[in-house]
Amino acid sequence: MSKLPGYALVGRILARRNLTFNRFAAFNPGRKAVISIPFFWLAVFFFIPFLVVFKISFSESDIAIPPYTSLFTWDADEAYATLTLYLGNYAYLIEDSFYLDAYLSSIKIAAISTIITLIVGFPMAYLIARSQGSKRLILLSLVILPFWTSFLLRVYAWMALLKKNGVVNDMLMALGMIDEPVRMLQTDFAVYIGIVYTYLPFMILPLYAVLEKMDLTLIEAAEDLGCHPIQSFFLVTVPLAMPGIVAGCLLVFIPVVGEYVIPALLGGSDTLMIGRVLWDEFSLNRNWPMASAVAIVMLVVLVLPIMFLRNRVGNKESI
Amino acid sequence: MQRRSYFLNISATLGFIFLYIPIISLIIYSFNKSKLVTVWGGWSWQWYVELFKNDQIMDAAMLSIKIAFISACLAVVLGTMAGFALTRMGRFRGKMLLSGWISAPLVMPEVITGLSLLLLFVAMESMFGWPAGRGTLTIIIAHTTFCMAYVAVIVQSRLSDMDESLEEAAMDLGAKPSTLFFLVTLPLIAPAIISGWLLSFTLSLDDLVIASFVAGPGDSTLPMVIFSKVRLGITPEINALATLMIAVVAVGVVVAMLQLRRTEKSRVEE
Repeated sequence: MSKLPGYALVGRILARRNLTFNRFAAFNPGRKAVISIPFFWLAVFFFIPFLVVFKISFSESDIAIPPYTSLFTWDADEAYATLTLYLGNYAYLIEDSFYLDAYLSSIKIAAISTIITLIVGFPMAYLIARSQGSKRLILLSLVILPFWTSFLLRVYAWMALLKKNGVVNDMLMALGMIDEPVRMLQTDFAVYIGIVYTYLPFMILPLYAVLEKMDLTLIEAAEDLGCHPIQSFFLVTVPLAMPGIVAGCLLVFIPVVGEYVIPALLGGSDTLMIGRVLWDEFSLNRNWPMASAVAIVMLVVLVLPIMFLRNRVGNKESI
Repeated sequence: MQRRSYFLNISATLGFIFLYIPIISLIIYSFNKSKLVTVWGGWSWQWYVELFKNDQIMDAAMLSIKIAFISACLAVVLGTMAGFALTRMGRFRGKMLLSGWISAPLVMPEVITGLSLLLLFVAMESMFGWPAGRGTLTIIIAHTTFCMAYVAVIVQSRLSDMDESLEEAAMDLGAKPSTLFFLVTLPLIAPAIISGWLLSFTLSLDDLVIASFVAGPGDSTLPMVIFSKVRLGITPEINALATLMIAVVAVGVVVAMLQLRRTEKSRVEE
């Protein structure tokens, strides 16, 4: 025992006492570096950028490089510093109903497609979780394969299917269900299909993770006590799967609200989504301050409440 | 009971069919001889030949692979550090902040991440003159930032599931913290690090929105080239490209699954 280096001995005692910091915590010279390098990286490339966006959202668009006015001006002769906050971008966001419509329509599209994704994904996750051995592995890899395949190419695949002379129209005509090709590409319908399709694995994988761990005897018990299978599904399975349902829905809903690629490739010119508005404001109109204001409002209105909710749920789970 | 499994099987099967119709149609049409993508003109390799002759696509693919490789390596180092700090280092100042920052990029809409990084780069350039202009470097920084979040989450969950007794034993036997990490912890979390690297590589290779914001005028990554081609309509070369990418992923998934089955079997035998 006495041959042990001193810090290991102290570390052991601390660990035995179950103190909140463990052996890596106490005497590691590299500790500071391990914590501060990723911290510093995220501060510079994740957190500060939001402050920059916030700042620029109060500038005015300008024909210059970079294309916006600066907030601070300094008059050396008069020793006068001025801070100009231009509120026009936010005023315009409120005045022009176009932006409000875009926010509302994004939320609507995201909410509906999240629900559809849940309905389509739940039976699939359930089946995988209830399968055994090789069958489970095969089904699981069938979900994982599209998950790892290029998002852009999977959206593109639907363009060929939904075209006017595409596969889906041909099949429907061959079946005699329609007489002439229906316009499906460049409609909201195509956008829903594209979203549900590309985000389905994000729903299935968290659902599978909770369903796999579920104790099946609970369902048996409920049914022995006279529960109808449908009742036991809603009273036992769904509540137990709730963490997975919440995680899956958030993984689909939040990114979909800001989605750009799917409405740009599958949607029509009337498919209004805020991610697309932001992109156009930035690249077509080159109005960076306006794009910043759109981003700040999206962040505050949509993302922050949901992150808060997620933290609440997460904390409950860990308790 | 019987009726329920019937309903379950049918709806799940329909789901799997939905998942595979587009992929299968992409693969079949990539061998289509006809230039008109939806008219079947017989089997042919010609689009694969055209694909490899297309310099624009090939250059973009090389650039994307280079960016994805560097970003994945950086993301693995930074993400492992963050995941390790959050699970094995007890309390420290800013822990809540770090854990919030590390999980936020996972759900952040891409347009916001892209715009905010672009504005940061522009502001930094006018203040410090670095990074000079935008291009490969700025794309690598952007990709590293969101990929490290995925790595951190994977490493974090692996570390918190893992039994600490081996690390404790090494510590008891007098291992220095750095020895302990490189000889005990690192081999134990290697599978998580490998899957984090692969996921980062794939995400970087696939990213269109963030790269479009932070790329300079001269640098087009593969998704940017694909997007600009696809916007104009369907091109058979892209079908061929998609098929090749699906094939690579499929091989990877099969290998991973065989590996998983082997470890599971050996666990059962024990």
